[in-house]
Amino acid sequence: MYRYDEFDQTFVAQRVAQFRDQVARRLVGELTEDEFRPLRLMNGLYLQLHAYMLRVAVPYGTLSSRQMRKLAHIARRYDKGYGHFTTRQNIQYNWPALKDVPDILMELAEVEMHALQTSGNCIRNVTADQYSGAAADEIEDPRICAEVIRQWSSLHPEFSFLPRKFKVAVTGAPHDRAAVAVHDIGIRIVRGDDGEVGYAVLAGGGQGRTPMIGKTVRAFLPKPYLLSYLEAILRVYNEFGRRDNMFKARIKILVHEVGIDEFRRRVEEEWEHIRGTAVEVPEEEVRRIASYFAPPTFARLPAVSEGFERQQRTDAQFALWARASLHPHKQPGYAIVNISLKPIGGVPGDATAEQMDIIADLAERYAFDEVRVTHEQNLTLPHVRQDDLYALWQELDAAGLATANINTVTDIIACPGLDYCNLANARAIPIAQKISERFGDIEQAHDIGELKIKISGCINACGHHHVGHIGILGVDKKGVEFYQLTLGGDATETAALGELVGPAFGYDDVVDAVEKLVRIYLGLRQENERFLDTYRRVGLQPFKEKLYAAH
Amino acid sequence: MPLIRNGRLADDPWTALADDAELPPTGAVIVSLARFRTEREVLFNRGAPLGIRLKSSELASEIGADAPRLDLIAIDFPVFRDGRGYSTARLLRERWGFAGELRAVGNVLRDQLLFMDRCGFDAFEVESPDAVAAWEKALAEFSVFYQPATDARVPARLQRLQRRAAS
Repeated sequence: MYRYDEFDQTFVAQRVAQFRDQVARRLVGELTEDEFRPLRLMNGLYLQLHAYMLRVAVPYGTLSSRQMRKLAHIARRYDKGYGHFTTRQNIQYNWPALKDVPDILMELAEVEMHALQTSGNCIRNVTADQYSGAAADEIEDPRICAEVIRQWSSLHPEFSFLPRKFKVAVTGAPHDRAAVAVHDIGIRIVRGDDGEVGYAVLAGGGQGRTPMIGKTVRAFLPKPYLLSYLEAILRVYNEFGRRDNMFKARIKILVHEVGIDEFRRRVEEEWEHIRGTAVEVPEEEVRRIASYFAPPTFARLPAVSEGFERQQRTDAQFALWARASLHPHKQPGYAIVNISLKPIGGVPGDATAEQMDIIADLAERYAFDEVRVTHEQNLTLPHVRQDDLYALWQELDAAGLATANINTVTDIIACPGLDYCNLANARAIPIAQKISERFGDIEQAHDIGELKIKISGCINACGHHHVGHIGILGVDKKGVEFYQLTLGGDATETAALGELVGPAFGYDDVVDAVEKLVRIYLGLRQENERFLDTYRRVGLQPFKEKLYAAH
Repeated sequence: MPLIRNGRLADDPWTALADDAELPPTGAVIVSLARFRTEREVLFNRGAPLGIRLKSSELASEIGADAPRLDLIAIDFPVFRDGRGYSTARLLRERWGFAGELRAVGNVLRDQLLFMDRCGFDAFEVESPDAVAAWEKALAEFSVFYQPATDARVPARLQRLQRRAAS
């Protein structure tokens, strides 16, 4: 993975010193909260319902064991002993004291981390496929591209006061695990007609109150032009994005209002002026960055581990976990291991300091020292020998980290909701917990199959409800929490927005309604159909009729 | 309001002219883009320095090829969050060949000065009693930069290459 050199190290150290000065000015009253706000927001520090919240960047979701241990240490020393992994592959601490934040940032800098651009109207932390460098279907490791963008966007002097926040995601594989179609810019690494590797560039995707699927600005961008093309898009957005209404300020509204053809024309016209200029990253610098993402030294192994096969036959619990948690690795004899942060009845994405330490140890011993954060709020060990899976599983299980529910009905994304967030209209976490308990029988969950439930506590859609197979949106109706259900959303390469199924349900009824939807699906499904497949085949109507039918 | 030019407190010899004010026979004036459009020839032929003040919604291309003939362009930041002026500044400098004084006016705060400097501004109306100290501090906070802009600072990636070539 990427390692800081002296330039990177100096940069984050200077950033910490700058913020320490800003906090000091705030604490003595030299800065009002109004003046301090934009400054803290550029360092990932929010003021929430009860306390400050610090969002730490995990660039493209990649962590070393050393970094994970530091995150555990921060949780223990400065917070309440846990952290919350987010849908943007970051980690949030919900209870830091303002006076401690410069020290936290200093500790992060020691392990080459920061909280830069995890908030504010700037280019946010760049996300990528959590299986980068490991997935069998990958064309190229997207973290190289993401690191180039991370550096280019860091304190970009022209694009730090955009109309609104700006999120970029990169996938290096045809199967999109990074939800690039619902980002301000989505980048797909693709092969051109002659086999040359380049980028398909999407813009104008997003969720929030006006969800949109990103549109293709350029189907094939040769690699050397990555940064000039991004700079052209950002410049067009900075000049023409709406600033009169914060709810219409995202790039998706600009793309929608002028139309993708006119948007593309402006971008390409701007690009003609700057392509090939000093903005482009030199080939040698790309090679330097790429060298950090060279694959680890894998052992030469048979494609299938006999021990692993045998252990699955003799231990049904292990087999169940393996079925849910593993993903094919490009290297024979290895597997990608997902670690569920969705224990039955737990808070999606939370991990205790002890769990973080254990995962750091396991990554060191079994996975070439790497951990990934997924946008679905789980963790991944990208490179594990199949021979080691049984031992790994036993240790995960002992730490409460072996819930065999990845991609199932209880692998729920939820935003913090009304329990933490001052924007929320309704609770999200307790709904996730109740659904999780309702479907707590793991074997039953496996029978239901792949089903992505995503819950947001308000229309800002941080819980990605628009792209949930079942989406749940909390709304406020005269001071009472209600929940709208949408069906058929999809965040992958077949991205789609969910459709509203009908009138909202109250807090006490929404879990029953979800269960009913699942039962309707089970009654309708044909062999091997996922919930989403059945929905696409039969449409909204059968679900709607049966959901609202009188008993 | 204190004016900083090239890092020092400076006198301001410019007169900001309202759209309905009479054009004085001599002296440096700053006019709106609207007035510039209607009185372009008169203003250029006056034989005195000419400046234009752009609203944040007015684009660099609206001055366009006239930029090299101007002595000053002031760009307004009605609120610090409105960042259009950064693009305007870069385009005036890098695309339209503007070499005169590029002045940031409006809600110009100390924590933005480095960004502005990097985008080609060389003069700032700063709402700060110790403007020069704030300026010096803001510009000294970073020594590493990750991307090229209008300024001459060498991005980290080029420093890396230079260092490697030298070793």
